[in-house]
Amino acid sequence: MRFRAKIVDLACLNHFSRVINTIAKLAKTCALRLTVSKLYFILSDKVANGGVSMWCELCQGNFFDEFQMEGVAAEHNEIYLELVPENLSRALKTAQNAKAVKIKLTNKHCPCLRVAVELPSLSSSSRMVTHDIPVGVIPRRLWNDFREPSVPDFDVSIYLPVLKTMKSVVERMKNLSNSIVIEANLSGEMNLKIETDLVSVTTHFKDLGNPPWASEDGCQSSAQSRDLESMAEARIDIKKLLQLLAGQQVNPTKALCNIVSKRIVHFILLHEDVSLQYFIPALA
Amino acid sequence: MPLSARPPGSGEPYVLSASLDNARHLSSLLRAVHFQDHATCFATVNGLKVTVEDAKCIQANAFIQAEVFQEFDVQEDSVTFRINLSVLLDCLTIFGTSALPGTPTALRMCYRGYSYPLMLFLEEGGVVTVCKINTQEPDELLDFDFCSTNVVNKVILQSEGLREAFAELDMTSEVLQITMSPDKPYFRLSTFGNAGSAHLDYPRDSDLMEAFHCNQTQTNRYKISLLKPSTKALALSCKVSIRTDAQGFLSLQYMIRNEDGQICFVEYYCCPDEDITDAEL
Repeated sequence: MRFRAKIVDLACLNHFSRVINTIAKLAKTCALRLTVSKLYFILSDKVANGGVSMWCELCQGNFFDEFQMEGVAAEHNEIYLELVPENLSRALKTAQNAKAVKIKLTNKHCPCLRVAVELPSLSSSSRMVTHDIPVGVIPRRLWNDFREPSVPDFDVSIYLPVLKTMKSVVERMKNLSNSIVIEANLSGEMNLKIETDLVSVTTHFKDLGNPPWASEDGCQSSAQSRDLESMAEARIDIKKLLQLLAGQQVNPTKALCNIVSKRIVHFILLHEDVSLQYFIPALA
Repeated sequence: MPLSARPPGSGEPYVLSASLDNARHLSSLLRAVHFQDHATCFATVNGLKVTVEDAKCIQANAFIQAEVFQEFDVQEDSVTFRINLSVLLDCLTIFGTSALPGTPTALRMCYRGYSYPLMLFLEEGGVVTVCKINTQEPDELLDFDFCSTNVVNKVILQSEGLREAFAELDMTSEVLQITMSPDKPYFRLSTFGNAGSAHLDYPRDSDLMEAFHCNQTQTNRYKISLLKPSTKALALSCKVSIRTDAQGFLSLQYMIRNEDGQICFVEYYCCPDEDITDAEL
């Protein structure tokens, strides 16, 4: 098992740091899956909804100038590591003006990701700051827990409103209630609702648009034969929704959610070279 | 005591209905009196008064005159209800608190009367939020009976002169002592904290002193924890009038100019702290 990679371009480095910061806000611990062409940050949540709750995919070529990976075995040319993304985020904070960042999988006393940051200095030799981030190697027999989630058979798919507005509203609603209802229909309307003994608040978003999903077998899916005005809804933990919204440092190119009534809400946030999927199960 | 909220669409006319182009004109003033969860709202044709009290010795009132609103309609002589001020503020600032000048939040407020919830309609950039806040039976409010004929000492100061002093008050002191006198030190703020006493004097001929009417030397102490929330009102204001009566009751009146240049007032009334011996004075 070998892994070594290098980022030299400052824009790529800042972009990569932003992605890690977002992941750190969503998961205390997660799996990092390395393949020849991609990196994945995966949060498997068997207890809550029996599957993956976060899936973030990056093309390594868009970030790294050098990328060498040798997996556990020839027919399984991948590496799965368990790590605390906040540790990686903190290490990258020291790299804001770096000349280069090298990441290497080492096993001196225990498996670590060694992040070596080369910083500019006034003298001829550079300053090196090295962080050793402890990681766990996830054995092959557990790899099935981290399979790519499939898009659920949703009732409504809708583009999200401007994330900044959505975040302001959800932040306030969090002061008033622990749970929030998210409902939407195929006419581009979405409502966020909270209701307690003291107060009820509903925010209405219109003209959001519904993404056109081509169904796999060409015939009408359950979503398409649905009454356009009818709302699909799910009551979810407001803190989880706020974590997702608060973690977005850059506006995504596309942001949408798929609602399976009373079961789960599936968020998809797409940036140019990163895709993030986040599942929030409905509360009982 | 909470009342069950009747369904909103039951057809009874509104006893209070108001519109405001910029909800911040209301939310910033309410924040200046937000030191307890509950407030009493009192509406007449003249405008809205929101009162917050604590420990039966401090009362803060925020006044928003009818002219500040684009529309302000009260169908009865007066409309009064008790409401959770924290919830009201969260609703008024639902679209965030950052002061972006180009995108004010528009507000419409409606109330059908006794036992009905307060309805708020807020709009920003085409997004509409509807809030329904339960109201309660109004509490009996303190009457400080503070009228101009009882006033013994009065000064009006420019707020900028007091802001730093209040922000840096020694909170290890239990009391804030205010001395007002026709003679030196004229106007003095004192604290007695763990590190020692601190005195801040404002001479009567200071540039910051807009008016000085002190007839009698008075020294009064007030619980500092009760007065600290008034710092919020001070921060918003341009001028403050400080008055005491013969019993040592304190009135602080803050003149606040909103983003559109309209004037609103916030006042704080405070009882003197009784737990001191004459010997200490």
